[in-house]
Amino acid sequence: MRVAVAEDHFLLRDGLVRLLGAFGHEVVAAVDNGPELHKVLLAERPDVAIVDVRLPPDFSDEGLRAALAARAQVPGLPVLLLSQYVEPLYARELLADGAGAVGYVLKDRVTNGAEFLRTIQQVAGGGTVMDPEVVSKLLARKVRDQRLGSLTGREREVLGLLAQGRSNAGVAEALVVSEKAVAKHIGNIFTKLGLYPGESDNRRVLAVLAYLEG
Amino acid sequence: MKRVEAVRRCHRLWWLSVVALHWSTMVHIAVWTPVPGLLPRAAAGMRRLVDRERALAAEWSGITVEATPAPTAGKEREALGLLARYRWLFGDAQRFREWRWTTMYSFVGGLIACVPGALVLYGLWGLFLAAFGSYLADDAGWDGLWYLFVHVEDVPTGLMAGLLGLAAGKTGLWLAPGTVDCHARFVRATLAPSEQELMAARIAHLAATRSDAVDTSAAELRRIERDLHDGAQARLVAMGMTLDAAEHRLNDDPEAVRALLAEARASSSAALKELRDLVRGIHPPVLADRGLADAVRSLALLSPLAAEVTVDLPARPEAPVESAVYFAVAETVTNAAKHGEAERLWIDIAYDAGTGTLRVSVTDDGRGGADPARGSGLAGIERRLATFDGVLAVNSPAGGPTQISMEVPCALQSPKTTSC
Repeated sequence: MRVAVAEDHFLLRDGLVRLLGAFGHEVVAAVDNGPELHKVLLAERPDVAIVDVRLPPDFSDEGLRAALAARAQVPGLPVLLLSQYVEPLYARELLADGAGAVGYVLKDRVTNGAEFLRTIQQVAGGGTVMDPEVVSKLLARKVRDQRLGSLTGREREVLGLLAQGRSNAGVAEALVVSEKAVAKHIGNIFTKLGLYPGESDNRRVLAVLAYLEG
Repeated sequence: MKRVEAVRRCHRLWWLSVVALHWSTMVHIAVWTPVPGLLPRAAAGMRRLVDRERALAAEWSGITVEATPAPTAGKEREALGLLARYRWLFGDAQRFREWRWTTMYSFVGGLIACVPGALVLYGLWGLFLAAFGSYLADDAGWDGLWYLFVHVEDVPTGLMAGLLGLAAGKTGLWLAPGTVDCHARFVRATLAPSEQELMAARIAHLAATRSDAVDTSAAELRRIERDLHDGAQARLVAMGMTLDAAEHRLNDDPEAVRALLAEARASSSAALKELRDLVRGIHPPVLADRGLADAVRSLALLSPLAAEVTVDLPARPEAPVESAVYFAVAETVTNAAKHGEAERLWIDIAYDAGTGTLRVSVTDDGRGGADPARGSGLAGIERRLATFDGVLAVNSPAGGPTQISMEVPCALQSPKTTSC
């Protein structure tokens, strides 16, 4: 895979480049600020971009803004955001275009190399990966959306795991049920949320978005 | 129509002068007779009346009269002995002014305020005489019916009384607005504190809020120090020890080393999580990145209540104000979810460029009954806002709804960093 990396801390950037190299991925660009990231994303069109939310020059949310701007021009450009914090508001903005191929995880997740690479592959493949922290924060709320309110407890659990980017097999493993049961739950979720096949290829993304909007 | 309204206002002012007579009498009695509890109550009644007069002066004539807060507001002590009571009354300049004003107003104010109304009434009497004067004098046999200098006995003299009445009524209407303004000026002249007093009150306020701010930030630093010491620091020490153990067993027991390394990684994750939570409590990243509007939206997104946020902010407020207001809103939102049995929440943020004031209101549909005097949370918010000369108002009748309003005077930063 061709990967672009945007990270202002030298050690972390270097570590990422080495990690990706060790697993046979090509790092086409490694930048340390927002404007450059935007340029690189448009010029190189990487298979996936790994972006730190907070970047120079303002050290606020340049990474997110550069990524969103690039995705506005190149719809569905896969972006995995890394951050010291997860902010559900940012997750919502990332998902808002409904195109999928986005991820938003804590920087800590980098320490588990194999897991992190799986996350990258999922995002590159058009999946949606939200950090368990985002999901657990949103789980604490009361449900406002009537469509979400009609989900059973188990279905909400399944939806939470889908938001973390798990495959059907992954959900089945986490809940200790059969894959067939998971598929049935997911079918029910789509029906209850009014997501019908054929309308969009991204029913999973749309379901997660509905979940975040809560 | 405006003049008729002014006559009505004069009438109201006249009524207030009767109230003033009541309270000035009460205060005089309270000074002279040692009835327990009478003096503070009389003084409190006097203050309520004065506050109302000040409000009327501002509303009707646009004349604002500042008041220094009474030094013993709320807990006026019962003074023993005639002399002590006198000293209590005259010792505080603000209270003395109020007493002087109430006593004077009950006579002077009453007389002035009743003039326009009396003239209008007298004018109506004149018009009545024009219509029925000759009838009253001739047929009903009323003798000695005088209107000013006119002896009403037949139609021409009746008409003359009518003309004079018209003039009197007109004069009353014409005088009314001036009288209302005159009242406002009288309030200002007798009740306005001197520059020096205002300064003294301001300094006392600043000293109190500064010491609060210092206390708060010192307590905050202690909490951060303790959290670091018990949390992340301890985890890092444990991690160092685990890595050390792993190093020692590197050659003879690779399996144990693998377990130790996993443990070290878990420790590093836990330390990071603790640091994250700590930083969120000091200054939430979304507040730093996006400013108040998005930070409050994020609060709303995570609140267990269905929250609606409306924001009208042309630019970001100064960072310290932003942070204080954010934490005040966060506390209010938490309270609403915890105590109020609320289902819905409305947060409204607006900036009034005219007065340079940031206004925030948080309303919920809970069962109400929030009292800043009891809950330490609301008192804490009040203290935090007071550092910036901000104020908090709680309107929470039993049965709800609860509305918490905050107002903080502040400047906005240049629109370059606008986020909304």
